[in-house]
Amino acid sequence: MIWNPNKECMSRDEMSALQGKRLHKIVDYVYHNVPFYRHKLQELDITPDDIQCIEDIHKLPFTTKKDLRDNYPFGLQAAPQSQIIRIHASSGTTGNPTIVGYTRKDIDIWSECMARCLTAYGVTREDIFSVSYGYGLFTGGLGAHNGVEKIGASVVPASTGNTEKHAKLIRDLGITGIACTPSYALYLAETMDKLGITKEQIKLRVGAFGAEPWTENMRQEIQQRLGLKGFNLYGLSEIMGPSVSYECQQQHGSHICEDHFYPEVINPVTLEPLPYGQTGELVFTTLTKEGMPVLRYRTRDLCSLMDGQCECGRTAVRMSRIEGRSDDMLIIRGINVFPSQVESVVLSMPEFAPRYMLIVDRGSNNLDTLQVQVELRQEYFTATFDTPAAIDELERKLANKLKSVLSIAAKVQLKAPNTIERSQGKSAHVIDKRKL
Amino acid sequence: MEYSPYYNPELETMPRKELERLQLERLQHTVRHCMNAEFYRKKFAELGITPDDIKSLDDVRRLPFTTKEDLRENYPFGLACVPMRDCTRLHSSSGTTGNPTVVLHTKKDLDEWATAVARCLWMVGSRPEDVFQNSAGYGMFTAGLGFQYGAEAVGMLTVPAAAGNTTRQIKFIRDFGTTVLHAIPSYASRIYEVMREEGVDPRRDTKLRVLCIGAEPHSEEQRQRIEENLGVKAYNSYGISEMMGPGVAFECPQQNGLHIWEDYFIVEIIDPVTLEPLPDGELGELVLTTINREAMPLLRYRTRDLTRILPGECSCGRCHRRLARLQGRSDDMIILKGVNIFPIQIEKTLLKFRELATDYLITLETKEEGDTMTIDVELAADFSTDDFKALLALEKNVTRLLKDEILITPKIHLVPKGTLTVSDEKKAVRVKDLRKLF
Amino acid sequence: MTIHQLSIFLENTTGTLIQVLRHLKEAKVQLVSTTIADTAEYGILRIICSEPLRACEELKKAGVAVALSDVFALQIDNNPGAAADVVELFSRAGIGLTYIYTFLLRNKGILVFRTDKPELTAKTIEDNHLPTISEEELTV
Repeated sequence: MIWNPNKECMSRDEMSALQGKRLHKIVDYVYHNVPFYRHKLQELDITPDDIQCIEDIHKLPFTTKKDLRDNYPFGLQAAPQSQIIRIHASSGTTGNPTIVGYTRKDIDIWSECMARCLTAYGVTREDIFSVSYGYGLFTGGLGAHNGVEKIGASVVPASTGNTEKHAKLIRDLGITGIACTPSYALYLAETMDKLGITKEQIKLRVGAFGAEPWTENMRQEIQQRLGLKGFNLYGLSEIMGPSVSYECQQQHGSHICEDHFYPEVINPVTLEPLPYGQTGELVFTTLTKEGMPVLRYRTRDLCSLMDGQCECGRTAVRMSRIEGRSDDMLIIRGINVFPSQVESVVLSMPEFAPRYMLIVDRGSNNLDTLQVQVELRQEYFTATFDTPAAIDELERKLANKLKSVLSIAAKVQLKAPNTIERSQGKSAHVIDKRKL
Repeated sequence: MEYSPYYNPELETMPRKELERLQLERLQHTVRHCMNAEFYRKKFAELGITPDDIKSLDDVRRLPFTTKEDLRENYPFGLACVPMRDCTRLHSSSGTTGNPTVVLHTKKDLDEWATAVARCLWMVGSRPEDVFQNSAGYGMFTAGLGFQYGAEAVGMLTVPAAAGNTTRQIKFIRDFGTTVLHAIPSYASRIYEVMREEGVDPRRDTKLRVLCIGAEPHSEEQRQRIEENLGVKAYNSYGISEMMGPGVAFECPQQNGLHIWEDYFIVEIIDPVTLEPLPDGELGELVLTTINREAMPLLRYRTRDLTRILPGECSCGRCHRRLARLQGRSDDMIILKGVNIFPIQIEKTLLKFRELATDYLITLETKEEGDTMTIDVELAADFSTDDFKALLALEKNVTRLLKDEILITPKIHLVPKGTLTVSDEKKAVRVKDLRKLF
Repeated sequence: MTIHQLSIFLENTTGTLIQVLRHLKEAKVQLVSTTIADTAEYGILRIICSEPLRACEELKKAGVAVALSDVFALQIDNNPGAAADVVELFSRAGIGLTYIYTFLLRNKGILVFRTDKPELTAKTIEDNHLPTISEEELTV
């Protein structure tokens, strides 16, 4: 089934024409409503009239996460406050989160795109669908939720946490579909084993997995253990949230909702566009967004765009699996974590030296763990710290600050002075032991 | 822009006669629709009634009651009145014992729910220009999605902050210019305390104007203290997930009782022992019949919440009657030495003392001398604990006033501020019953 | 009335203790007593030694997280119950012990401890004429 054949199966010429028209309109819109973009375009000596077809996109400036941070909270918002009905937030690279405002029309388009994804996975209004992404500021929960309601299936807003209860509901309610991170799906499978719930007792048949990188091996394991078919769901809050792209039954690349989000792949160093098939950094331009449109947003995700026609009948271009990042962002339990966030917290506490290490691992229960090692500063180790209770208190203080900035719990490990190696380059702050 | 004070002017201010006509029409439809549920078919057969027997609003008394146990026993779909394909949402709350309960919603149910919450938020002065922050838990807990949809229907900028992380909540209140906040009362107090610790003055540093407080019984004194601390108007919210969630009843700017949307519900107050209906003004258990739900309508649902209907019209112009502030739960009632006591009575008394903070814990124990009540109560932060004389005098005064209110003498235990601190996410535990019930 | 104790933060891994001891050996510092309060990940090494001020400086120079703590040291009889009698006095005065350890020196029991109320502790020691021991006496 295809939710919106008019858009998902458009001929390439028609799609390009539509994209060109929408690009002109969005550039005109941000030029007149977002001082940040007006200045950028003026610096490049571009007016909206210079943008007439989709190829003209190469004239436009890039937008980065830093631009969003510098304009926190509402600097890139194009619609007036009274038109914004919701905000979502994702981790910023330092203390401030990245804020995205949505108008009612934005939410409608998001639900529409999510409905396309779910339909491609084979979900219909007959399904009972559990959304087990976190609800709240994170786009995963409410984003998937709105889409399930849109197609008229019954949504169970399970959110995260209380996995035992969730496993029982899956059995008792005959839940047929689930949206969650792939690692949570494995954790769920384990919990079911523990509770003695077998594959035969449950009716799960569709999984919408995303918000963290995963592999074909993980797909096989999840499919085998839960007895469902697992599909990739891709998105990021700066563009919209989940539903930017989605796999179809072919499970070979993810179709992009390119009438709303125009994709490019660039060389992250030269910033030159790359042809289909070559791996580079994924860049999106929102073509229809009202709340916070972005031009050529650099996602830092590395992948390639795939050439050729998909057997499912959709013409919308496909992207490959995410192969990595062009920055040092980590995704831990679906949450974006930047080492620089940890750094900003460590620097704010004089008890610690400006050295730290993030150790990411996947526990035996398939849940990711984050450990942060910090060095005690020699001159701050005074007689007041001569008991484990005092040291624990200090660790707790740091852990609380980290939790409030990162939104996930980190285990703090205090190290003696000069025991963490001085970092050379950004990746030296991270040891990622997960095997992806 | 000039707005109407009402979200649905026609439905909120219609003459009583017309409202009652609408109620009857919807009641008759609901009762017929209920015959789709096996559970109600059986109940009607037992009572020997048919939907055609409902000829007037008073005939609601002929209908069977529905209880939480009925929902549990018919888990998961025994009370569904539409096929699953017509349902778009399912909320489930875990029971402490036995099966959880399940509440189903169709698309129309969700729309009506959003409208009810929007009415409430509009009633307390929320407008599309406002920034609404929701500190309730999301997911299965109905206050999260319930307020989210209602606030979006109003057209406010809605911040789904969800529960916990008080430091970040305060950061968002400041950074986004939040004007309307939803929080349970104990969490509102917690936010104020953390603001104080962080040197944030709510009047100077925030734009907070309206606070919606619900989900936890609280007293007028507690409301006033929260209003004074945060510099806001605080409005009482009432909802239960079996009815839908928040949006069942809400205070208007008069702050004198909660308007219950009578185009959604038939309201009864009954004696929880005899189950006989009580007249307006008398305290009893709230019983609600849903009259515009499709997926899972409930007839005469026993909420276990104790309240009364305030007689008379409200000067705000709404035709919907008002519930008094909730007086606790019929199953929370403490019976000690044969005396019926509601925790809210104790809270009310404690809050009369400026020397005391808002947190307390009632412990019931069996001792040699019989059953006893001990109340741990926190001293206010600025109360000096060095002055033993003052402490003793305070203890004596608190004990005396409590005895006047609840007729038995509790043991008062004054503890420093922070001892009973409520965690970010949980409802406060106010009563611990350690008695040996043999 | 108090003596100096070195408090050292050590990670709970092989080789961290010997490094500290090597530094002290090179500095010709004589150990009188050591004890470790440890958790799974780290420990606080507590040392009574000769010339604690110099020892502390030497360790700091070597980059060790070390602090000088003021702790009480009392002499007690080498008899069953001697320690209990002393601690009883503090307990009755409402003083909480943060930590305590004992060792034998010239057939005398030595009680080393920190409390949550140092001034009241000093007063209690004086009022009860409890025999203290000085740093010099410890390292003779």
